[in-house]
Formats: sequence, structure tokens, C-alpha cells
Amino acid sequence: MRITTLLASAAIALGLVTAAVAEDTTKVGFVYVGPVGDGGWTFTHDQARQAVEAEFGDAVETVFVESVAEGPDAERVLTQMALDGADLIFTTSFGYMDATNNVAAKFPDVKFEHATGYKRLHPNVSTYSARFYEGRAVQGHIAGNMTESNIIGYIASYPIPEVIRGINSAYLHASKVNPDVEFKIIWVYTWFDPAKEADAAKTLIDQGADVILQHTDSTAPHAAAQEAGNVVTFGQASDMSAYAPFPRVSAILDEWGDYYIARTRAVMDGTWESVDTWHGIGDGMVGIGEITDAVPANVAEEAMAMKAALADGSYHAFTGPINKQDGSAWLAEGEVADDGTLAGMNFYVEGITGEIPQ
Amino acid sequence: MDLSVINPILLIAALMSAATPILLAATGELVVERAGVLNLGVEGMMIVGAICGFAIAVESGSPLFGFFAAAVGGALLSLLFAFLTQVTLANQVASGLALTLFGLGLSALIGQSYVGIKPPRLPDLNFGLLGDVPIIGPVLFSHNLILYFGLALVAAVWAMLKYTRVGLVLRAVGENHDAAHALGYKVVRIRTLAIMFGGACAGMGGAYISLIRVPQWTEGMTAGVGWIALALVVFASWKPWRVLLGAYLFGGITQLQLNLQGAGVAIPVEYLAMSPYVITIVVLVILSADKSAAPGSLGRTFHASN
Repeated sequence: MRITTLLASAAIALGLVTAAVAEDTTKVGFVYVGPVGDGGWTFTHDQARQAVEAEFGDAVETVFVESVAEGPDAERVLTQMALDGADLIFTTSFGYMDATNNVAAKFPDVKFEHATGYKRLHPNVSTYSARFYEGRAVQGHIAGNMTESNIIGYIASYPIPEVIRGINSAYLHASKVNPDVEFKIIWVYTWFDPAKEADAAKTLIDQGADVILQHTDSTAPHAAAQEAGNVVTFGQASDMSAYAPFPRVSAILDEWGDYYIARTRAVMDGTWESVDTWHGIGDGMVGIGEITDAVPANVAEEAMAMKAALADGSYHAFTGPINKQDGSAWLAEGEVADDGTLAGMNFYVEGITGEIPQ
Repeated sequence: MDLSVINPILLIAALMSAATPILLAATGELVVERAGVLNLGVEGMMIVGAICGFAIAVESGSPLFGFFAAAVGGALLSLLFAFLTQVTLANQVASGLALTLFGLGLSALIGQSYVGIKPPRLPDLNFGLLGDVPIIGPVLFSHNLILYFGLALVAAVWAMLKYTRVGLVLRAVGENHDAAHALGYKVVRIRTLAIMFGGACAGMGGAYISLIRVPQWTEGMTAGVGWIALALVVFASWKPWRVLLGAYLFGGITQLQLNLQGAGVAIPVEYLAMSPYVITIVVLVILSADKSAAPGSLGRTFHASN
């Protein structure tokens, strides 16, 4: 009896101590879909996590769990993180959408930030994403100019609006400078599997593609392109400059640092609110990696001009006239796409062959 | 749809390359399981082999030396599993899972300074005139040494299990370790050697991914191949030639579905994406209708006092 009392009071005392420590530091958790060393998507999120640590020093403690499968396993990891005292949790893949909302319902005091999703079922859930399609527009412009076989291979991950937007944006701008261009799209149903990504890249190259665009996270397609020789690639999410100046001629960069710092500060100040953030080149969430000398100077200049126009808002990547794949009108001359349609985009634009897996 | 863009010769050549990592790892695991040990750490040993092979190939400039190092790395890691399960009699399933987690972490640590480096290339073997034979030449005689090594390994393991005394002893240990022990065979020693053989094969399989199939190092790059190899051993009813068939079927259909997608075939992509798994399982399940059973002592802990 005595010993139980002793243990109980010790436990309470310990609880008080940890609670006191927790008061001082804000704990920020990150859940990643791939390893931090993937060289792409997860790598950029982890860079941003380190930026948060650098900004706040000892006032913030960050934790992360990498290679978390989308689905039920994510819910387990999120619950554990919340139980361990996280104040703010960033879930950095589309497939964590339901898991994030489910766990958020159980922990109303913990703030959740879900990347690239659209569900905010609880007041403690925010969503954020970047307008990657603006980067895809610049990429499409370069790709359309660079291809000689007029076949551009596209390694697509999952048929979700974000990926489809990217394909449409790249195609529109590639076909604008090169009307003969054809897109070959392979869905690999993974965000990260270097062997599969390399196989997909090789298949596309075997089938005549001389430009490879990817919406997967590893640098494997660059290695395949380098091996094949005369094939152009673009960095995805991070700069992937190890493959510059060729095959990697430019890149779409994800810049999450500023956002993560701002949101962490909001939690510390108590000003955090559920919001939906969708920032592009103008707000600095999307960047364009250095365009190498392998790209003709005039093409690089046009690309940078397009980047500037996208940044100041004078040009929208989806500006009419644009028809849907079946030929029906979508945007009239000069009309720009609204965010609602873009966020739920589930159709190809006119000119792309093949069907979107449903 | 335009099927003419698919070059069957390139397709078959790609299939053989894609199947080799699974084939190597599964053949090694087959020997381990025939000795009565279930090592779920294949994925961990593969990824450690991938980085050991990559690092040594880059440092020494010799891809073959890299493969050798990968085999050593995989075998060393498997020795940890052997110690846990054969000496301290730990649970095999838990130890195997721990080995995978440990291998993933260890490889990430070793690999930090190898990101973005291009490894030396292992040249394809030159068969002289044979390589110039139409169709057969590019399909059969245009590969690197390790791919042929994988095929030879299957044949060697098959012959070893079926015709040699060593194979007989190995199978005896796997079927009934108490009986083998009573006959005077060193169960723990034989199993440890089998585990190391499995580790070496898995390591080479991993190095095939990092040195040949992708040529680069990326953390976690095996991305589940080890688990496929494990499943393949079971579906192949612990028979070497069926492992070969399963690996080539899986690799082949994976390549074919990518090609069909590129060619714009009007089959829904979801079906194409799942086809390698479904077809491989169906074929091997039909083949295993002969009621081949798992080794009798598979997964059971052995201690001489039992």
C-alpha cells in the first residue's frame, strides 16, 4: 500500500515536472511520406523543419517520423505524436488527409497542418499547399523547346488534382511553343520508389521520349536519363543539382520554411487559426531552380520572364482559351481558372491523350 | 494506342534486369527457410548491401568489388540475426523485423556522403559472335555478369538441395531439427551458415539496384523489394526454379505494364498497376497445387536441450 502511494505521488510529481517543461518549449511534429534523404519532396520539408529550429532555437523542439505509409499507419503515428505532447503537427502528404482529420477530432488542443489536402473538418486543422502548377508552366515552356522527338515523358504518381494540374499546366505551355508535342504519361502509384521510377523513365526513353518530367520524389529518373545520354530532366521539389547542368536543366523548388516558421510563431503567440493557404511563386513558396547553359539563352530568358509574370500576377498559368480533353469549352478567351476548379481538377485539357485513372 | 512503340527485345532485356534483385534475394532466403529459419530481415540486408556495394564500388572504382562488398555487408548484418535467433534464442519474427529497421537506419547513416554520386558502370559481357545473333543475341547475350550469376545461383542452389549431401543435411535440419541433432548434425552451425548465405545474396540483390538498375544511392531505395522476395519464396513453395519463374513473371509484368501505359493501351491503369502481383500469385498458387509444404521446423526455435 505504502509503496503504491509512493509510486503514485512520484508519478504525479514527474507529470508536473514534464508539464512545466512542456510550458516552455513548443513541440512541433512532422510526418513524412519518404525518407529525409530522398533528395526531393521529403528532403525539402525536412529542410524547412531545420529552418524552424534555427529560427526559434531552444524555444521550439521538433520531432519527425519518416517513411510513414499513407493510411491507417499514419493515424497511429499521429496519435502517438499528439500523446507525446506535440503542439503543432505538419502532415506532409496528400494521403494523410483522413488520418489528420480523424486524429484532430481526438486532440482538439493540438493544431494540425495538412499539406496539399482540402479537408478541414475541425477548427484545429489547416491545409496548405503550393501552386506547383506555376512552376510546371515554366517547366513546360522549357520542355516544349528542348524536345526534338516531340515526345515528352511524364512520370505521374497518383491521380489526384495536384498531379493532374501539373500535367495540364506543363502540357499547355509545352504545346504553346511546340504544337506537335505529345505527352506519354505513366502512373507509377507511388511517391517514392527509385527502382520503379527508374524503370518508368527507361520505358519512356525506350518509347522515344527525350524529355522526362516527374511528379515523384527521388532522383532516380535523372540517373536513368544520364545513362541514356541525350535526355532532359527537371528537378522535382528540391534542386537535384547533382545532375546539373545536364540532364537536369532546371527545377521546381518547394520552399516551405517561411510558412512553417510563421505557423509555429502563430501557435506560440496563440494566434493560430484554421486557414487554407495556397501560395505560389509570388509568395515565395514555389521557386524555379537555376536554368543551366544546356538551355538556349533565349528560351531561358522567356522562362524567367514567365516566372516574373506569374509572380506579379500579370499572367495566370491557366488563361483561356482552353478546352477540356473532350473538346468542350472550359475557359473562354482571356478568362482565368478559379481556385475551386483548380483545387478539384479531374480532367485533362485538350490535346492530351489517354485517360485519367479513376 | 500504338503497340509498335514497344520493342519486345528491349522489353525482355529490361525484364531480366528488373527481376534480378528479387531473384538474388529470394534465392538466398529460400536456402535460409529450407534450413528452418524465417528471416524477415531481407529488406534490411538488401538496403545495407545496396549502400555497402555502392560505397565500395565508388571508393575502389570497381563495381565487381562493390558486389563482393555488398555480399560481405549483407552477410555481416545477417550474422546479427543469427546471433539473436541461434545463440540467444530470440523470436525469429521479431528479430527479422528488427533487422529490417536496423538495416534501413544503418544504411541511411553510411550513405549520407554518397548522395548524388555516379557509381562506376559494370560493363555488359561480350559474347563475341553470339551477341550478333538476331533477337537471341540482344535478349540473352547482352547482360552484365551479375545477372548471369543470379541464374547460375538458382541452378546451383537447386542442384545443391537435390543432389548433394550438404543439401540433404540442410533439408534435414529444416524439416526436423531435433532428429538432425540426434543424428549428430550441428544444427546451430548449419543454420548460421545458411543465414549468412541468405544475407550475402540479399546484399548482392540490393547492390544490383544501387549499382545497375538505378545507378545512384538514395535512402530507402529498395522500397519494399525485400518483402516481395519473401512472399515469392512462399508462393514458390520453397523450390528454386519456381522462384526464378516468379521473379521473371513479376519483373516481366511490371515492365510490360509500364510499356503498355506508355503506349496508351485502353486498359484501366489500376488493373495494369496491380497485374504483376495478381498474375504472379495466381500462377504460383496454381503450380503449388502439388501440396508442397513448408519446411517442418520453419520458424521454430532450436535448443539442444529440448
